[in-house]
Amino acid sequence: MSEAIIQMKEVNKWFGDFQVLKDINLNVSEKQRIVVCGPSGSGKSTLIRCINRLEEHQKGQIIVDGNELSEKTKDIEKIRAEVGMVFQQFNLFPHLSILDNCSLAPIWVKKTPKKKAEEFAMQQLEQVQIADQANKFPGQLSGGQQQRAAIARALCMEPKIMLFDEPTSALDPEMIKEVLDAMVTLAKGGMTMIVVTHEMGFAKEVADEVIFMDEGMIVEKAKTKEFFDNPKSDRTKLFLSQIL
Amino acid sequence: MIDKLALLRPTKERLNLFIFLGFLFFGLGIYDLVSNSFLSKNITSFLPGILSYFTPLIFGFIGLHLIRIEYSGNRILDSLNKNINSNWFNSILTLLLIFLLIIGIPVLLNWTFFDATFTGTSKEDCTGNGACWVFINVWFDRLIYGLYPNDQIWRVNVAFIILILTVGAAFFVHQKIKKYIIIFLLFIFPFILISLLSGGNFGLEKIPTNEWGGLALTFIISIFAILFCFPVGMFLALGRRSSFPVIRYSSIGFIEFWRGVPLITVLFMASVMFPMFLPDGTFLDKLIRVIIAITLFEAAYMAEVIRGGLQALPRGQYDAGKSLGMSYWKLHLLVILPQALKLIIPGIANTFLALVKDTPLILVVGLLELVGMIDMAKTNPKWLGFAAEGYVFAGLVFWIICYAMSRYSISLEKKYKTDR
Repeated sequence: MSEAIIQMKEVNKWFGDFQVLKDINLNVSEKQRIVVCGPSGSGKSTLIRCINRLEEHQKGQIIVDGNELSEKTKDIEKIRAEVGMVFQQFNLFPHLSILDNCSLAPIWVKKTPKKKAEEFAMQQLEQVQIADQANKFPGQLSGGQQQRAAIARALCMEPKIMLFDEPTSALDPEMIKEVLDAMVTLAKGGMTMIVVTHEMGFAKEVADEVIFMDEGMIVEKAKTKEFFDNPKSDRTKLFLSQIL
Repeated sequence: MIDKLALLRPTKERLNLFIFLGFLFFGLGIYDLVSNSFLSKNITSFLPGILSYFTPLIFGFIGLHLIRIEYSGNRILDSLNKNINSNWFNSILTLLLIFLLIIGIPVLLNWTFFDATFTGTSKEDCTGNGACWVFINVWFDRLIYGLYPNDQIWRVNVAFIILILTVGAAFFVHQKIKKYIIIFLLFIFPFILISLLSGGNFGLEKIPTNEWGGLALTFIISIFAILFCFPVGMFLALGRRSSFPVIRYSSIGFIEFWRGVPLITVLFMASVMFPMFLPDGTFLDKLIRVIIAITLFEAAYMAEVIRGGLQALPRGQYDAGKSLGMSYWKLHLLVILPQALKLIIPGIANTFLALVKDTPLILVVGLLELVGMIDMAKTNPKWLGFAAEGYVFAGLVFWIICYAMSRYSISLEKKYKTDR
């Protein structure tokens, strides 16, 4: 196996006195798909937000694609441009059309010519099947469409890694499937993915490994089949019995 | 007994009777008021003093009570009842408002038009009881152009005609050309304005700024202060939210200082104290100092308005921008500020209106814009005692300017409204 694209060593993080991450060790290699699950407040979101430094860790080491993340990291924007992120609340830019949402960062951050950026954006929108909504504003779209647009927006930067922070938690049950379908397609295309989700069906279908977190620690990390068929810790068993 | 009382309760069955009675009483009340105030004839003088005084209200009240019939089937009556006569309290408010208008409007009209004098050349021509608009007429050029030399006034006119034409054109031309017009207005026009008015080159006679004045000066100060205070305010607002303590605390200090001192003090300091700190031989024009003072003062307010808009945006917008690899400035210019500014258009308009209306304060440093010129005109020995006309005129002019700005801000709000 090649060198891991994301390496986390003894990562610790505190919010004030409260420790959200405790000694996290995690290696993710290229094209690996990892699902992170666990009860709310267990630090899942914080974990993946540390990977593109939306949150800063206080102790330990995070290396993304060969660059260590710390206060000294100069081109944090460059690293972030390589790491796409999809949020629970979509976070599309409401003042821009869907197409502009997708082409904004390529044009201004990657300096892609406008025409090329828009063409590429249309391709990405087609892939998540909302090309027909390209000229609408986010407020005019359903939740599921917005989330797919958000995925397309992240893909427009041609990231090496995609992070998903509970992408389906804010959606109506009917819309969850269309978003998951888009994510499955993406996974099958060979993208490196870290997905925080409660959708165990999705985990079973695409994940290489599943991580279970509780109280800021990685309680269990196992190959998908083993995780579901034969969980080791009691805490994981309890969680799975409640969620499945 | 109960039957008899029921007679007094307006019902749908006897609609016409009650409408007739109602309007009879209402008309009686109005007639009583009119004859009392304008004909000096009290038709109810047979009643005891205080009661006689209130008769218009009592008659009107009874009248409105009689026509207060629910679901009468008459559309006009129903909408009247619903909007201005829904209960006894509303009917009294309605009556008081009508009475106020009846008493007030004729007096106002008489003063401004019917008893007013419009033509003439001196105070002696004003013989009526009303306003003496001759005052405004005679002083008009001074009120608009200040002490600017008469034979050079065309320069002011040219500058403002350019302004009006370009602004007017901006409303009609295509989006692409509009962009250039806006750039012209923001970055080139101010220089044209200044060089045209101050002269000293292109063969134009130099005219010192202390001869500028009147409405033209109001515009000049407002235009420059608005142009400058907006970007300064934006930097202060961003500075106040910065994660660098030095930038943050100096922004906070700056904002709180300028918000805490009265503008009149600031202007005085700018004109009297500031030159003392300058090295000998350097000279900064008084008008420039005043514009800087007003700019900094209003920028502090602008900063807080903008900060309000920045705080209204959800954190997710920052996260999304950052996760796409945007730097601080790209994030703010492309994502945050466009949304924040849209939210605070009413607040920005508010600050700009306040700025325009603050300009008369430059009186304290001897610069005379519109209100200052009126102040000067009214103390002219030939024209003593016409302050009211002057201030009404100034009030009207300021109102027109501010109302136009307010309408424009509302149209901007509508234009940039996207669903959230």
